[in-house]
Amino acid sequence: MSGIDVQPETGPRTKTVEIDSHSINFGPQHPAAHGVLRLILEMDGEVVERADPHIGLLHRGTEKLIEYKTYIQAVPYFDRLDYVSPMCQEHAFALATEKLLGVEVPERAKWIRTLFSEITRVLNHLLNVTTYALDVGAITPSLWGFEEREVLMEFHEAASGARLHANYFRPGGVSKDLPLGLEEKIAAWAETFPKFIDDLETLLTANRIWKQRTVDIGIVSAEMALAWGFTGPCLRASGVPWDLRKSQPYEMYDQVDFRIAVGRNGDCYDRYLMRMGEMRESVSIIKQCLAKMKPGPIKVQDHKITPPKRSEMKHSMEALIHHFKLYTEGYHVPAGATYTAVEAPKGEFGVYLVADGSNRPYRCKIRATGFAHLQAIEVMSKRHMLADAVAIIGSLDIVFGEIDR
Amino acid sequence: MAFIDRTARSLLLAELVSGMALTLKYFFKPKKTINYPYEKGPLSPRFKGEHALRRYPNGEERCIACKLCEAVCPAQAITIEAEPRDDGSRRATRYDIDMTKCIYCGLCEEACPVDAIVEGPNFEFATETREELMYDKDKLLANGDRWEPELARRLELDAPYR
Repeated sequence: MSGIDVQPETGPRTKTVEIDSHSINFGPQHPAAHGVLRLILEMDGEVVERADPHIGLLHRGTEKLIEYKTYIQAVPYFDRLDYVSPMCQEHAFALATEKLLGVEVPERAKWIRTLFSEITRVLNHLLNVTTYALDVGAITPSLWGFEEREVLMEFHEAASGARLHANYFRPGGVSKDLPLGLEEKIAAWAETFPKFIDDLETLLTANRIWKQRTVDIGIVSAEMALAWGFTGPCLRASGVPWDLRKSQPYEMYDQVDFRIAVGRNGDCYDRYLMRMGEMRESVSIIKQCLAKMKPGPIKVQDHKITPPKRSEMKHSMEALIHHFKLYTEGYHVPAGATYTAVEAPKGEFGVYLVADGSNRPYRCKIRATGFAHLQAIEVMSKRHMLADAVAIIGSLDIVFGEIDR
Repeated sequence: MAFIDRTARSLLLAELVSGMALTLKYFFKPKKTINYPYEKGPLSPRFKGEHALRRYPNGEERCIACKLCEAVCPAQAITIEAEPRDDGSRRATRYDIDMTKCIYCGLCEEACPVDAIVEGPNFEFATETREELMYDKDKLLANGDRWEPELARRLELDAPYR
């Protein structure tokens, strides 16, 4: 800011006082920037005039890398896109590959995928809501939320062997069946979890400090949300009842009964309410999945696509050949292209997969959810205070793994 | 009536008080934190941790250098060189894993036809230098010897699902 040059002793001479705006760097190491977001804020005092997100600090070239990997090898790369909801990203890729291969996944695999998609959704929303509260000044929710997340991480680990980067949903099914006893553990958790959501709501929903920080902040109208390409909770908060699980059901979503939360005002508070509502619905879907799940095969029985059982591989020559072919060359996917999207916790996560008949994707374009949300940060935070920009970033649920890819 | 109710709640800080009462309730609940280096969280038999190369019970190394793990590794972290040994059997002369490249996806373990390379239960292998994370065959076999009872138990527990 240039000095305010007012000299009262020189008499009634008027002078134009010019205050130029500050540019400040918000991030990339700012704890409220949710990862490596570098936001250049042009400030007028404490009011944001312009917000310019600079992305690319976490760019790893995933899309290009996948072109050089077989379809089996590409799966772990999807975990690392949105590392808060890994299984949902794998899901999009698995569905896209299955569509090109023209295979139908067995029923149990579909139930397991639906179940873990919802567990992932709860994981994601728990992290988002609680760290969002942390950004706005409430520390307790994040401490409690991480305790609950720990339980869900253990389910992830029991099924896939990894707490985060699961590599569990594979084209053709899931890698392994659920271990004995895990279903009961998840069912027991689903009984106690709604009580935890109630507790979380006691802390936040009616709290006047929370409401002062979020109500009427970063309002996005329905038209604006559609124009900016919003999806997921951010779109529904603006009052558009659009959910891919309802509008184009995949897996078993047409066989479970659930409602979708729709907001009214499209402000930060509504986006928070959407996520709380979705967690409750997720618990109900999880219960239904567990009730309807039956024993059965968990992957396509065509061993050109999925590996044979190990016991079989050790005795049957044919199975051994399949095993070797699969882990060296992979499988060939017929030429074709597909855009397949899933309702990831953050919104529509899509994969545009082009196959040329070889064992590797010719092109794999990833439609990242957060990218569309982040570009609207400029219009959302305009004329808001600096501290509101933090609330807006929190409410958008941005993860840089998928934005930078 | 609703107005009076709302005003009274607002003036008496109802929601703040109930939130604080709840935190007080949680304060007296049993603690979930564990005393980490001495206490650890549960791990399933599927956990994908530090790698190890296993041996047969008679001491012969399992790895036959078929290079399936090398081929399937998405991060290309594994390097294998093989030669026939004096007794004519094919064995790896070099088996390196660059643990800084490894993404712990578990595909090497899935691919191995003789259960030689496994991802064990150990997740505490942080080192002070990067060089120490370039594992060679001796290190991997030593890991296998050290963890064998646990590795065998894990494989047995997970066998019905593999």
